[in-house]
Amino acid sequence: MVTEIKTGTNLVKKALPQMLKGGVIMDVVNAEQAKIAEEAGAVAVMALERVPADIRISGGVARMSDPELIAGIIDAVSIPVMAKARIGHFVEAQILESLGVDCIDESEVLTPADEEYHIDKKEFTIPFVCGARNLGEALRRIGEGAAMIRTKGEAGTGDVVEAVRHARTILGEIRKLTVMAPEERMTYAKEIGAPFELVNQVADEGKLPVVNFAAGGIATPADAALMMQLGVDGVFVGSGIFKSGDPAKRALAIVKATTFHNDPEILAQVSRNLGEPMVGRTAKSLTPQEALALRGW
Amino acid sequence: MPTSRPVVGVLALQGAVSEHMRLLDACGAHPVEIKRSKELAAIDGLILPGGESTTIAKLTGAEAFDAIMDDIKERALAGMPVYGTCMGSIFLAKEIEGSNQGRLGLMDIKVRRNAFGPQRFSSERQVPIPQLRDEPLNAVFIRAPIILYCGPGVNVMASIDEGIVMARQANLLVTSFHPELTDDALVHRYFLSIIAENECNLKSGAVSTRSSVFAPVST
Repeated sequence: MVTEIKTGTNLVKKALPQMLKGGVIMDVVNAEQAKIAEEAGAVAVMALERVPADIRISGGVARMSDPELIAGIIDAVSIPVMAKARIGHFVEAQILESLGVDCIDESEVLTPADEEYHIDKKEFTIPFVCGARNLGEALRRIGEGAAMIRTKGEAGTGDVVEAVRHARTILGEIRKLTVMAPEERMTYAKEIGAPFELVNQVADEGKLPVVNFAAGGIATPADAALMMQLGVDGVFVGSGIFKSGDPAKRALAIVKATTFHNDPEILAQVSRNLGEPMVGRTAKSLTPQEALALRGW
Repeated sequence: MPTSRPVVGVLALQGAVSEHMRLLDACGAHPVEIKRSKELAAIDGLILPGGESTTIAKLTGAEAFDAIMDDIKERALAGMPVYGTCMGSIFLAKEIEGSNQGRLGLMDIKVRRNAFGPQRFSSERQVPIPQLRDEPLNAVFIRAPIILYCGPGVNVMASIDEGIVMARQANLLVTSFHPELTDDALVHRYFLSIIAENECNLKSGAVSTRSSVFAPVST
């Protein structure tokens, strides 16, 4: 019997992030870090040349990483590998797909390549994750084909305040939508600039139609557990691990804190003696030019 | 089926937990999340969901906060039905090709992790499960493993060109695909029938439920 093998369907694209739920996705800049992350229990790694904290310091244009580096990381680990493309840079995304990455992050951490349009993500076989600050932005990205959403937070700061703001905004707007009268939904869709069909779906189901992670400023096990208790499905940790004093230990502690986010005794235990956290910088001290969350629309 | 709703645990350390809970609920079972060893006492059966096997191995191995791995093993050896999807099948396998990562190692199968390659080769396709029904199942494979070898006591229930994708050994069931991602409850109903069978055996005082008797299921 010949059966049709369907790759890249909505179901298949949305499924990869579903398998990552309850887990920690870690930024890594080389194969060695990728192995440390895998060994510590990361569910996936994000391959990039510089973590956001270093992108902030060095400035200049931040682009997709060298394919050589990404290929080396893919070879080094058995867990899924993600990589970042610039907002709107669909050719970087094509290159990443051909390299065999498992998921593309169309990311505001890199310098946007298009100030008007995001990538048409439905054209791709592999899933995309996109950042969002509110429900309208999340649903626009899902409308374009994103299979996973993450809060933008403020990457490379080690300050969790923006991730909390974005998670509370998205989850609060979803709650509001579930109690809205049906006739109010169209106006709400117009106000938040979201596709009406997706607004209806969220109103009926009480959750986003894709997995929703937290990102941008998570630096400690308590930060990760905070985001999980707020109601996200998992966390990204960028600069927070490999910019800290003892990355392997901190990585494992954050993995455990994400799983046992409701157990303060375990959280207290894993938070002990982790060494220096990343130095960090308050999100409030950023100028509008430095605020990465303002990129994308 | 038992008269009361069977309590089915879903190991909730990491992975696609809510999807299994939803389908179990739709089948009339009572699903509960399992994170700690002490929660195992209440359940009649356990699902090991899809997720990352290296993550689960880390959370249940030497770094675990309790003996959850040993306790699952003990319950399974005493006959508790366990169903592993994708990562769960890796966790149940006696042998994992090229890996010594932590596992339950209860089922006489050898698996190859991530046998299809990266996510762009993940797929959905119609898979016949002739022992369960005539119509094939729309099976979703996500960076899925393949079963390379099954021991003599293992019932091979579904295969595709690449290899074996569903098998049962007495109270242990594995699929390398994800029935929890669709609304087709065929496999979950079958797992519930294994639980019901086990309950019957316990009530009739049978010492062991580790037989390879096949129970057909109506859908």
